[in-house]
Amino acid sequence: MQNNQILINIFRFVILVLTQALLLNHIDFLGYINPYLYILFILIYPITGNKSLLILLSFLLGLSVDIFSNSGGIHAAASVFIAYFRPLALKYSFGISYEYNTLKVSSAEFTQRLLYVSSLVLIHHFILFLLEIFNVNHILLILKSTLFSGIFSTILILSAITIFSKNNK
Amino acid sequence: MQQILFFFVRNKNFLLFVVLFSISIFLTIQSHTFHKNKFVNSSNFISGSIYSIKNNITGYFNLRTENNLLVEENGRLRKKLEGYKKIIFIESIDTNLLSFKYRFTSAKIINNSFSSTKNKLTINKGKKDSLDTDMGVITSKGIVGIIDRVSNNYATVQSVLNTNSQVNAKLKKSKHFGSLVWNTKDPNIVQLIDIPRLAPVKIGDTIVTGGKSTIFPEGILIGTVIDFIQTKDENSLILNVQLFNDMTNIEHVYIIKNLDAAEILTIEKELENAE
Repeated sequence: MQNNQILINIFRFVILVLTQALLLNHIDFLGYINPYLYILFILIYPITGNKSLLILLSFLLGLSVDIFSNSGGIHAAASVFIAYFRPLALKYSFGISYEYNTLKVSSAEFTQRLLYVSSLVLIHHFILFLLEIFNVNHILLILKSTLFSGIFSTILILSAITIFSKNNK
Repeated sequence: MQQILFFFVRNKNFLLFVVLFSISIFLTIQSHTFHKNKFVNSSNFISGSIYSIKNNITGYFNLRTENNLLVEENGRLRKKLEGYKKIIFIESIDTNLLSFKYRFTSAKIINNSFSSTKNKLTINKGKKDSLDTDMGVITSKGIVGIIDRVSNNYATVQSVLNTNSQVNAKLKKSKHFGSLVWNTKDPNIVQLIDIPRLAPVKIGDTIVTGGKSTIFPEGILIGTVIDFIQTKDENSLILNVQLFNDMTNIEHVYIIKNLDAAEILTIEKELENAE
């Protein structure tokens, strides 16, 4: 990563944590639905960037959100999980050769982007709610929260990618 | 030796993932036990001050309703004071009747949550204002929760809307007592369990704190019964209680310090050790 990119990523990290803690955690749409925008950081981390660094940063990202929402380590666990499995999702949604043809998430086809974002969002939210509720008896509640929050987050993340990408037409 | 080193280098991502994931799970499990989440909570310096700044801004939006609440409470207290005045003039004061057992500290809520299953609040007072864990938190209308962790300037409160929360409560009329828990369904309705089957319960009955612990004094308001059902084994009742507090917009709270708590706890501990 160049200096410029490092700065952008640090800036993105701080802004996303603050937005999540101060704004998005308090939306409570229909009583319990909150979007989790902060995983945008993991989704648009440079594809050629260092993978170990991404896993470490995801842990710190999740932990910062946890500190603000008093939730132990649930965000950290879910973030580390999707950071580790991100290459798999990339391969699955953009084809095997994604690493060689300098792909940008913001410039990919919409269906591919939707598949990539929604799959990681759903996995993240499922782990998140599983750990938060921590009771297999409430599996329906877990799935319901995953689905509704997942839809909300996916829409928000896709719009954020579209709005903040430099090459929109 | 080289083989082992190669193994570590080749699988460094996986190992890093496993280590960090286990740490997160460990922190999660720790946070499920009251008082145990030592590292991850919003009463620390950074998140505490960020929440204070945010609250300084958003606090203006509902000044009017908050003022009304305070005026209402002032009126109520003034009325009570008039009552005491009469007593004082007529006869000498019996200091045993006036309760000096509890000390009240006011605080402001700087972060509130009610949408997850383990809700916590953050308040803007801490050790410097002689707050400590296990003190009760109430508003002028009813109970809010119990202090979970304190730092120098901030404290986190385990809300009654937390599946770990258990508060001793009773029916105001018949004095039957049980535990107040929350089934995560509605942020304004909690459940009172372990009420004996024969207790005379009516819809609209008032529920107050039981005073069987050192945290809350007896008779702090909680809510009213909106309906009740029998448990499957038909031995006890489950009451749905509508809270007097609207947990979604509380702002000013009082923290109750029981001055005798240490004494009561020591004697209870001695008893336990003797057994």
